[in-house]
Formats: sequence, structure tokens, C-alpha cells
Amino acid sequence: MSQPVTFTWAGFREGVRLSVPLLIGTAPFGIVCGIVAQGAGLSYLETFLMSGLVYAGSAQLVALATWTHPASALAAGFAAFVVNLRLALMGPVLAPWFDRLRGWRLWTSLFVMVDQNWALAVRAMNAGERDAAQLLGTGVPMLLTWVATSMLGRVLGAGLRPAPDHPIFFAALAVFICMLVTLWRGRRDVLPWGVAGAVALLTARLLPHTSWYIVAGAIAGSLAGAIRDRVRA
Amino acid sequence: MSLSLATLGAILAMMAATYACRAGGYLLFTRIRPTPFLRSVLAYIPGGIFMSYVTPALVHGGLPSWIGAATTIAAMAITRSLVAGIFLGTAATWAVWLLR
Repeated sequence: MSQPVTFTWAGFREGVRLSVPLLIGTAPFGIVCGIVAQGAGLSYLETFLMSGLVYAGSAQLVALATWTHPASALAAGFAAFVVNLRLALMGPVLAPWFDRLRGWRLWTSLFVMVDQNWALAVRAMNAGERDAAQLLGTGVPMLLTWVATSMLGRVLGAGLRPAPDHPIFFAALAVFICMLVTLWRGRRDVLPWGVAGAVALLTARLLPHTSWYIVAGAIAGSLAGAIRDRVRA
Repeated sequence: MSLSLATLGAILAMMAATYACRAGGYLLFTRIRPTPFLRSVLAYIPGGIFMSYVTPALVHGGLPSWIGAATTIAAMAITRSLVAGIFLGTAATWAVWLLR
């Protein structure tokens, strides 16, 4: 913490440069989200607004999995909250940067913070980077790519007009399975993941056509894991 | 180019909930330190969400989905590429679905 934290155009441009490899990961996820949005009955404008304003892929896929017409603000909002709770723990890690930012610099940086550019920013900060604009620089191209590829997926969905049981929708499952492979930390995950899957299955049977099964499974699974860890400690 | 009021409301609710996590988490947890237990619960949530999403869908989707899931895991484990995982997994599901 020797040098003061800055927020410069050069830092933003450095972020844009660093974002290029991240965009390759964002693009297929965005296309999948657009296809699923079409399947859920969202218009082009609605797809555009969701991707641009929410900008959280997992939450969008989860909410769209049980989208209703008319839509339920309570169900969609609550699903988004639970899925994005992990973001609440990410902001404080970047406090050495965020604490020095005021006004739009802080609020826009927080808006574009997602898992990938957050990880990059933490690494840069720990390596001594003092220009906090890097996060906004990686975030803006990712947000633009996210919206553009969501719209591309929405166009593809409209061209294909897949039936609800069409195998193209497996792509949304594949996204989450890929994330599970990345998240896997070994045997300690067996209990929380098993509990989550079982509770989700049961809740989906009891409350069909709602997204509560995802909320119930996630809460039950993570409590099971945390309680087990505490008992062992 | 239609925009239903209910859909707009749901999107705005999602936006508010998501931004509350992004900004609220920073504002809250730099002032009060989360307990180790809460931290541990939150750390398990992503895996819990993805398992909860995937499990009922796999059970419902039957054989094509299971083969797709196995293909996705294999592709992801070998290549560590999201593109390869999504593409090969979906292609395998599609192939089994066509062959049935």
C-alpha cells in the first residue's frame, strides 16, 4: 500500500487489453442464454434489457428455467439474489481499490464485477497494481460481449424455434456442468453437492414449475457443507 | 419488439437483487466481518446452485442428457475449455436424441 490508488484512462485501456481472453469464455455462455431466453418466450427487447441490466449469466439461466407469463418479480428477484450471493463476498476482497473510489467510478466498477474479471483484478492488486480502472476496463468489453452474444443467441433461437424438449437446451445444462467441473475441490464437495441435488429433486417434485427447487437445494447443500466443516473443526 | 410490464418488473427485480449483491456485499462486509460459518456457507452456494439446476434436469432429460453430461465432463476435464464442454456435450445429446 505504498503508492496511492489511481483511476486512469491508461488503466482502463490495460483492462480492455486483458479482457480479450475472457471474452472467449463469455461469448458461448451469452449465446446459450439468448437461446434459452427465446425458449422462455422473451422478446428481443426483453432479452436485451435482461442481459444489459442484470448482467449475471447463471442467475439469468436459473430464472429463465422456470419463467412464467406473466412473469413473477418475486420469484425472479429471489432466484437472482440467491444465485448472486457469491458476488457479495467478492467486493470486500477488492476493498483496497474500492475504498479509494468515489461516485460513478465506484458504482460502475461494482456493476461490471463478475467472477472472471474479479479474479484478474485480485491478482493484479496483489501483484501491486494501483490503477483501479483496470476492473472497469475488463468489465465493459465483457458486458458488451454479453449483451451482443445474448442477442445473437436470441436470433438463433428464433431461427431454430426449438420445441421445449429440444436437445439444444442441453447447452444450458452443459454450462453449469462445466462450472461444476471447475469448482470441484475433491471429496469435501460430495456431501454439500449430494444434499443439494437430492433436495432440489424433491422440491422440484413438490413445487413443479417454480424455481424454488434451485433455492432450496442451494441453501440445503451449502448449510450441510458448512455444518459438516464446523463439526469436524 | 414487445415488452410486457410483468416481464419488465421481473427484470428490474433481478437487476436490483443482483446489484444489491455486488454493491451491498462490498458496503456491508467491509463494515462488519462475516462470521467464518457464514463465509463457509456462502462459499458452498455456487456448487449447490449448479447441482440443484442440473440434477432434476438430468433426471427429467433421460439417456440423451446423461450421455451429454458425461461428454461435457470428459471434454471439460481434458480441455478445460468452456467452449469445448458446451459444444461437445450438446452435440452428444443431440446425436443420441436423433438416434433414438
